Amino acid sequence: MQAIGMQLSGIEKAFGSNQVLRGVDLTLLPGTVTVLMGANGAGKSTLVKIMCGVYALDSGTMVLDGENFLPTIPYEALRCGVVTVHQSINDGVIADLDVASNLMLDRLAEPGSGFFYKKKATREAARKIAALVGLEVDITRPVSELALADRQLVSIARAMAQKPKLLILDEPTSSLSATEADRLFEMIDRLRDSGVAILYISHRMSDIRRIADRIVSMRDGAISGVFETKPLDIEGAVNAMLGHNMTDVDIDIPTHGQAVLELKGAQLVAGAKPIDVAFHENEVIAITGLVGSGKTLLADTLFGLETLAAGQILLNGVPYAPRSTKAAVATGVFMSPKDRATNAVIQGFDIRSNISVPFLDRFSIASFVNKRAETRAANETIEKLGIVCQGASDDIDTLSGGNQQKVIIGRWLSQTCKVLVLDEPFQGVDIQARRDIGHKIRETAPGRTTIIMVAELDEALEIADRILVISDNTVVGEHRNEAIDINQILAEVTGSALGSAAQIIESGQGAAATH
Amino acid sequence: MSADTTNKPSGTDLIDFAIRYGFISLLIGLVIFFSIAAEGFAGPYSAVFIFQSVSITGILALGVTCTLVVDGFDLSIGSVATSALMLSSYLMVVSEYGAVVAVLGCLAMGAGVGFVNGLLIVKFKVPDLLATLGMMFLLVGLQRIPTEGRSVAVGMTLPDGTVAEGVFSPAFLALGRHRLDFFIENLIPVSVIFLVVIAVLVWIFLELTRHGRLMYAIGSNERAAALVGTNVKRYKIIAYMISGMLASVGGILLAARLGRGDIASGNNLLLDAVAAALIGYAVLGAAKPNAFGTAIGALFVGILLQGLTMMNAPYYTQDFVKGAVLVIALVFTFALSGRRGRGT
Repeated sequence: MQAIGMQLSGIEKAFGSNQVLRGVDLTLLPGTVTVLMGANGAGKSTLVKIMCGVYALDSGTMVLDGENFLPTIPYEALRCGVVTVHQSINDGVIADLDVASNLMLDRLAEPGSGFFYKKKATREAARKIAALVGLEVDITRPVSELALADRQLVSIARAMAQKPKLLILDEPTSSLSATEADRLFEMIDRLRDSGVAILYISHRMSDIRRIADRIVSMRDGAISGVFETKPLDIEGAVNAMLGHNMTDVDIDIPTHGQAVLELKGAQLVAGAKPIDVAFHENEVIAITGLVGSGKTLLADTLFGLETLAAGQILLNGVPYAPRSTKAAVATGVFMSPKDRATNAVIQGFDIRSNISVPFLDRFSIASFVNKRAETRAANETIEKLGIVCQGASDDIDTLSGGNQQKVIIGRWLSQTCKVLVLDEPFQGVDIQARRDIGHKIRETAPGRTTIIMVAELDEALEIADRILVISDNTVVGEHRNEAIDINQILAEVTGSALGSAAQIIESGQGAAATH
Repeated sequence: MSADTTNKPSGTDLIDFAIRYGFISLLIGLVIFFSIAAEGFAGPYSAVFIFQSVSITGILALGVTCTLVVDGFDLSIGSVATSALMLSSYLMVVSEYGAVVAVLGCLAMGAGVGFVNGLLIVKFKVPDLLATLGMMFLLVGLQRIPTEGRSVAVGMTLPDGTVAEGVFSPAFLALGRHRLDFFIENLIPVSVIFLVVIAVLVWIFLELTRHGRLMYAIGSNERAAALVGTNVKRYKIIAYMISGMLASVGGILLAARLGRGDIASGNNLLLDAVAAALIGYAVLGAAKPNAFGTAIGALFVGILLQGLTMMNAPYYTQDFVKGAVLVIALVFTFALSGRRGRGT
């Protein structure tokens, strides 16, 4: 192939004061599958959105086939041959139209493609596209009748109809079964052979093993590692993605009280290996694992949003199975969810009301809210966490991301509880806010047990007395946070993500070999 | 907000002022203008007439405000009101019950309709506009069935050929027609008292109680509200029940004023009430549904129409004027406040 692919150099992008990309250099070669790895917030999706014309870059250059490439709208990127298949399958297809129309959608939307819908010609052309990528479905059927995998293939086939030079796949297997994924991989193989540059974003180790020609790790808005020599050093890549620059935070592990929360033979999903673990008073436990490993599922289960498939949870020795979040809060189990903008922040409310919202019954007499007590509690939280604002009546939308996160964490620290679960409490905050929040969590830890779900190992090492590794909806490793063997944790994190027992053994051997 | 304005050009201050006090200023300006231009506008009788003319729409608008607070919408209020009108008339004229049964029956009907609306929305996941639209149709049809499409009036002939022997109870009619003394004899109609009391109660409920606060939280971010332990479904159903009950209060007052179950009345109730609630977004720059704004919104429309009528504007221009006020208010709310939101 004569194409020389896509070259990115010095890409920078900031949203307000939040620097998301700090100079990304990346080359994507034709006929090569490049896997991009990175934890949440590393900047992967921002990078992809710049390449496909959704965001404009602040500085840096993109060169596609030797020519400057600066798309201002997604359609321009598409026309230049940069095609993206987004994570959410239904974004890529229109469910009520038939397969043929979906495949030809971009053609139909093109100006000057004629006023009337030419059924026959469209189907003809669609059939060719389907044959090109090995899509074997009846193209007259509506997409809504297809299986998930076929829908995904349709949206990829549609992308192929654009004759792409660069195909970007964002976690394409996240909702596919193993056999469905195999069909996708076959298609990717075919595309690779035809000289398309492919950028493949995924966390699944099995995917990466199967199709990666090279792996690029991203961390904190920059490329933290490129791995191209075969056999690919997957653990090195995960290490580069999670990072473990030994932090300057010293953890003094306190003496633990009795077990507050115990999981006994608890199965998060049917068929998962049961979990037996105890969380003690005064203790801060970090639970780490890749996306989809079961961290959030465990948090949701503790908070009454999900139920165990089998086994039980004991709270202070008594069986605990909350039927609602309200019941969980009333029993003294608090949970701060991840993704604050969608799950936690109440836009249009001021800081005070955002902090008090779970505890309004405690702040009110005969249903009337005692605003003075509410303000007092809010001022305390603002002071303790160092929230930068004019006062408790500031609208939360006026705060920076880090300060919003402090408000959300402060919400759950403002009242005492038995169990505090924090799902990704450091998501989308800068290093200073992260330190402030971490410090406050540890300071207030006595008297309760604190469980923190984090994907980044660094964050776990910075905050926890004990680190649990979770994968495939079960706990696969447990470490006291002193003189930890990072490689051991990484092996558990990656090994656990493999899915089948055989692969776990294989990765275990791989880990042993690197020691 | 105020802290941020220091380093912004002074134009921002002006916009901030316009957003916050624009509508109130306009209201005061209108009152002054009509007082000068239209003879007899400034006076207790004229003021009472305005209040009376907006009392029923105002009560309905307060109900729809409660559904707007939880990010819902109730299109069925107009038909709930006319159903209450028909039901109360039917209960008294045909079934020969007293005022108490008629009123309680209507309130129960309103609450029941609200409950069904709520169930359709939270349990059966029907989008709010569609659920309440369906309910609206259903009620418009249902209220005609018992009388075979005729209005209910004293001495009417029933479908089976007999003559209805019941009458409107005087106590019931008083709800719509009695006037209380206030400095001047027979000045204030009971319906105005209802409007004021209900407005104050809804305001207290939404602004001062935790239930109101949680309803606003649901309207702003339903997921986040659920994740702090709010029973989202229950509050949504309650909002629709409040809306249904207030709509039936409106219907009762209308029946008491008319003294007959007129099948054709109340056509404009839905649009007028929704307009008042939406105009309320612009009052004091709230940019969200609120009881005070809704009351002001209803009053604004009332003052404008009364003033124009007294200046001999023809009746058929009324809807046009209402529409224009609504569009301007919406621009105030969404364009100006939106810009302010993006600026910070």
